Amino acid sequence: MTLVLSQLFTGISIGAVLLLIALGLSLTFGQMNVINMAHGELIMAGAYTVYMLQKVIGGAGFSLLVALPVAFVVAGLMGVLIEVLLIRRLYARPLDTLLVTWGVSLLLQQAARDLFGAPNVQTRAPSALTGSIHLTDDLAISSSRVFILALALIAVAAVTVVLKTTPLGRRIRAVMQNRDLAAVSGLATGRVDRLTFFIGSGLAGIAGVALTLIGPIGPTMGTNIIVNAFLVVVVGGIGQLKGTVIVAFVLGIVQSMVEYTTTVSVASVIVFVVIVAFLQWRPQGLFTLRTRSLA
Amino acid sequence: MSGLVVRDLQVVFDGFVAVGGVDLTVPSGDVRFIIGPNGAGKTTLIDAITGLARATGAVTFDEHELLGRKVHKIARLGVGRTFQNSTVFEELTVLQNLDIAAGWHRGPLTLLRRRSSVPPEVQNALETVRLTAVRDQLAGTLPHGQKQWLEIGMLLVQNAKLFLLDEPVAGMSHEERDATGELLGELSREHTVVVIEHDMDFLRRFARSVTVMHAGKVLSEGTVAQVQADPKVQEVYLGHPVEA
Repeated sequence: MTLVLSQLFTGISIGAVLLLIALGLSLTFGQMNVINMAHGELIMAGAYTVYMLQKVIGGAGFSLLVALPVAFVVAGLMGVLIEVLLIRRLYARPLDTLLVTWGVSLLLQQAARDLFGAPNVQTRAPSALTGSIHLTDDLAISSSRVFILALALIAVAAVTVVLKTTPLGRRIRAVMQNRDLAAVSGLATGRVDRLTFFIGSGLAGIAGVALTLIGPIGPTMGTNIIVNAFLVVVVGGIGQLKGTVIVAFVLGIVQSMVEYTTTVSVASVIVFVVIVAFLQWRPQGLFTLRTRSLA
Repeated sequence: MSGLVVRDLQVVFDGFVAVGGVDLTVPSGDVRFIIGPNGAGKTTLIDAITGLARATGAVTFDEHELLGRKVHKIARLGVGRTFQNSTVFEELTVLQNLDIAAGWHRGPLTLLRRRSSVPPEVQNALETVRLTAVRDQLAGTLPHGQKQWLEIGMLLVQNAKLFLLDEPVAGMSHEERDATGELLGELSREHTVVVIEHDMDFLRRFARSVTVMHAGKVLSEGTVAQVQADPKVQEVYLGHPVEA
């Protein structure tokens, strides 16, 4: 029983990381249909932000707290720059967008190597997040994982509130649902796109901050995780936040359960097979838009 | 002059001439129906006026040149349109649809604030298009006719002065058509209305003037009676001139 619980929690924490990474994508890819291959490098930028702030500020706990908003803005601005310079010129050309942003991703990786060196770097975790929380005598969960889970849930809640209740969220959803209708209703769709991209990219920065707690920071960290994040958004249903949340946790739990009974590589294979099978059965993903219109 | 003035408008898609040199003058307060067979270029004409299709020539509304402006800038000059197949934001509520249309003048600082009450102009529009009772429903779940009314409501709160309506009564019941026709008449007191419609009965009852398009050009123009008597129109619609 303890074993199941402990694997379950490992799964949930893998899911929380997936969710944080996928959340930004669910805006830029899910809502805007832009395949931004450089999203992983925006995560990397967030992680290196923590590294730089620790050098400047020193204290691990304080610099982590400062890093959250700073990484959001840094990654957000990088995303907006990519959107303004490249992506907006390639709307409705998904394959070109994919290639161009992949190029940007390589450029950013090389820039990281030039700035910070090719080897991975480490940050110090704040002392409050280094230990474990003992739930029972033999069931312990690491506090950094709990922190990431909390961060993921807060981020989801914040995105939900912005999308569902504010005029800004209404505009984002309106532009994504029907760009032409939004424009003829007087919305400056270009500006809405930039704001959406800023938020989505900023969330990648936040995910980068969280990743520094559980692994090393390196130039290729983004590419290693981005595929899984795209999978989460596709399987959850494009543009469906709740689908992204559910799929992130389910994938995390399946991964950790299968991993325990087999090996890491077999677990990845099984997860991929499950996803392929699922998409054969429901190519539109877990959730889809409901409507009565025939169009 | 005020109103909509179109001069030598051309729209070409990959070598295909969709609109080939259209001249059109709709004075303010008119209720102009544009009719014509499928593929005549009626919807493309509206796309060009609202900036959704690239065009050459000249289009002015109340003396503002429209061609070359961005779509949302044209909308902010008071040019409003609806789409075929009743196009609304399906995943937003009726009220949110109206808020989008009413809210373009809102400043960036208020974008994160929740709305505390329904603004009076939105409330008025809800009543005019009779959707007060369903204001919190998702627009995608409305019946066809109510969606088309919601589109008109959105143009009202958007402060549109020119209404370009693409098949506003398609699929409506008789009662709904009558109500829509009366609404168009009311609208024309303060607005200029241009309607694309296939329903001839609706046209006879509510049109003040008619433009007939065929193969990307204006074929005929005038009152309903003049247009109906025009042999060119009869030829296009019936395939041969009608013997008198």
